Amino acid sequence: MTLAIKLSNISKSFPGVKANDDISLNIKQGTIHAIVGENGAGKSTLMKILYGMQKQDSGSINIFSEQVKFLSPKDAISKGIGMVHQHFMLADNLSVFESIVLGIDKASLKKMNKSKYRKEIDAITDKYSMPLETASMIDELGVGEKQRVEIIKVLFRGAKILILDEPTAVLVPQEVKELFSNLKQLKDSGVTILFISHKLDEVLEIADEISVMRAGKYIDTVQANNVSKIELAEMMIGENLPSPPKRENKPREENALSVEDITSTTVDGKKAFKNINFSIKQGEIVGIAGVEGNGQRELAESILGVFPIEKGKITLNNQEINLLNTRERREFGISFIPEDRQSQGLLMDVSLSENMILGRQSTSAYKSKYSNIIYSQANQDSQLVIENYDVRTPGNKTLALALSGGNQQKFVVGRELEDNPKLLIASQPTRGIDIGAQSLIWNKLRDARDSGLGVLLISADLDELIGLSDRIHVIYEGEFVKEINPQDATPELLGGYMTGLKS
Amino acid sequence: MKLSLRLASLLAPIFALFVAFGLSITILYLIGEDPFETFTLMYDYGKTGKSIVSILNRSVPLYISAVAVAVGFKMGLFNIGVESQYLLGALLSAALGAAVALPSALHISLIIFVAVLSSATWAGIAGYLKVKKGVHEVISTIMLNYIGTGIIAYLLANIFFEKVELSTTAPQTNLLSESARIPSLNKIFGIEDLPNLHGFLIGAFIIGFIYYWIVWKTSLGFDLRATGSSPMAAKFSGANPARLTILAMMISGGFAGLVGMAPLTGYFFKYTTDFPSGLGFAGIAVALLGRNHPIGMAFGAILLSFLERSAQILDLYGVPKEIEKIMQAVIIFTVVISYEVVSRYVTNKQIKDASKVDRND
Repeated sequence: MTLAIKLSNISKSFPGVKANDDISLNIKQGTIHAIVGENGAGKSTLMKILYGMQKQDSGSINIFSEQVKFLSPKDAISKGIGMVHQHFMLADNLSVFESIVLGIDKASLKKMNKSKYRKEIDAITDKYSMPLETASMIDELGVGEKQRVEIIKVLFRGAKILILDEPTAVLVPQEVKELFSNLKQLKDSGVTILFISHKLDEVLEIADEISVMRAGKYIDTVQANNVSKIELAEMMIGENLPSPPKRENKPREENALSVEDITSTTVDGKKAFKNINFSIKQGEIVGIAGVEGNGQRELAESILGVFPIEKGKITLNNQEINLLNTRERREFGISFIPEDRQSQGLLMDVSLSENMILGRQSTSAYKSKYSNIIYSQANQDSQLVIENYDVRTPGNKTLALALSGGNQQKFVVGRELEDNPKLLIASQPTRGIDIGAQSLIWNKLRDARDSGLGVLLISADLDELIGLSDRIHVIYEGEFVKEINPQDATPELLGGYMTGLKS
Repeated sequence: MKLSLRLASLLAPIFALFVAFGLSITILYLIGEDPFETFTLMYDYGKTGKSIVSILNRSVPLYISAVAVAVGFKMGLFNIGVESQYLLGALLSAALGAAVALPSALHISLIIFVAVLSSATWAGIAGYLKVKKGVHEVISTIMLNYIGTGIIAYLLANIFFEKVELSTTAPQTNLLSESARIPSLNKIFGIEDLPNLHGFLIGAFIIGFIYYWIVWKTSLGFDLRATGSSPMAAKFSGANPARLTILAMMISGGFAGLVGMAPLTGYFFKYTTDFPSGLGFAGIAVALLGRNHPIGMAFGAILLSFLERSAQILDLYGVPKEIEKIMQAVIIFTVVISYEVVSRYVTNKQIKDASKVDRND
């Protein structure tokens, strides 16, 4: 069997993160090849390199045994690679036909040969039995149909290799079924399909071969018909990552946080989480394990007050805080380490010193009689955080964007801890950062816990969860399905509950 | 070696002005005028006492308009509606001011209060539409400009305009009484022989200071700037985006209300169809020139006023005075571009410096 794609030793770094670390991968022609991995595993970066959107630092790409160098997606398209993005790139006010031929002709005053294009499109839709009303407007179409337009658009450009980035994320089950039957048809006609996903059930159903990525590294490629979901989950989650050593801990009697029966719905009417009950004692770290997208993010945000809840009660230090807004909750002593430091935790184009104020602009920390914002105080405090948390920076006047990911994260953690909070919500506190920064943050979190802080820890890194937490709740489809003592927990056990295999 | 952002943002406009100067010379040369002679004419005319007074008088409303625009810019909002906001505020306050009799301080305060309140409310509509209906503020403020013009025309012609004699043709509000007029500063500066230097100049200083205070010294200002920098991070820090949007539009509108106060209380004393217009749009250019900085915008306002005033002499010598508009445009372009170039340079340098520190440890 010939190889459609051969990736050799691909590496790609961003400041502070190795997104792809020496990845070699072979994809056979006429197969459906799935690439699985958690968010941040490096799947998207790899696909962007393959599609010419980004350039690898090192390594080579061969397409149908020809070595290629892509400077832009245009080059990739000319070699027969097409990509369907998770978020569709369609304009609502164009017709299906217009959307498909958009950009095919060079801009000129010559009349477009529409009938020729129509015939070509009909030939494609017939061949792969993907019926399409080319006269419809895009905004009249459902999500599944829009996706079909995207696929046909790519095929129309002569793609022989189709990259689908999380194609099922936006689809309802029936649409997924339809998509899968289309994909099989495409495969039978010789198209090679790269299927990016983290939904293991779907991957096992549709793929011939599955490659697993974790933390920027290629782990292995397995045949879909002789691997189990649990084995895949283990490969995805991994056991060889560094893990924080255990430490003896005795939580105090008093609750830092208690959450009673809270339920919330997302904008599109899906339940984000329902009937959640738990408490965190002072001096205790409670971990939440879950595959991303199972409601843990919304849960964390609802405790901060950024995400609304419908019912239930949230109590901080024995005081109900339901009616408080985010600002008041922060003033009351909730600190928050967001999962995305760059968009949620820092003002990137602003100095570290001013970033020190973020989240505390309304408190008395920087207030004087005549001014609410005392910059000299922020200067001092930021200097303290830089020293205590080993933030490597030329100084506190450096812009946040200049720092590496690990140093940005150390700064955020320091800022949120130096405030003497009553509760810390830490979402993916060490995601995508180097090992040195990771272990520093682990130690700081534990020191804070030992001195009486209640911590809610949400992490996709199961070793981190097991090593740091005093108790772990597993969340699955918005509900707490199991409480586990970390002493008895292993990544495999957690993975079982997280994926709904065990209950 | 260490080029700070502050120093760079100071050098950038100066460098840009040199480039703009060079380009203007080229353009003058191309249209067959003597650049040196033209600039000498402008400079000599611009530095006369009369001109300086005129330049300062022009700068005041221009500066305030820039402040109004800058408040929005700081939060990432583009208030193009300053134009109708200040005109509406000026009309309403002129009409009310002419209808009451009060002690001077109270009278002037009332006029200013009414102007600020009505302009802020008018601008607030755009904020409300953005929050509740998702209408982009650029669209709504442009629309409100048209609607405002219509409302002003209607109010002026039908409600506030009392024809005293048949010969009065232009619709206008009644004249403000002496108590509502802000005295000139000529006496204080001992320049009684020159035209009036309007008293609202002091108001501009106060407004600049208030702007600085709100944006850099209050938690509200921090919220505004944080939202302008990263809406998500601001939200997680406890800022309320909906409330902030409406508030920012209203503060911007409030400043806009002050734009018309200089001409109204300084020399027009009434609202008529030829009340100074266009200041709302000119303010956008000044805000860009001054990078939303309270002092930078003051320089920007004075620079544009200087060009406008000094170009008036050119007609007398047969040089097309439209060259002044070209120079304005060239300056705005070069300044904006050089800011961008410098900020990229500084950012890259910072990244380099930071990665050095990271590696050396």
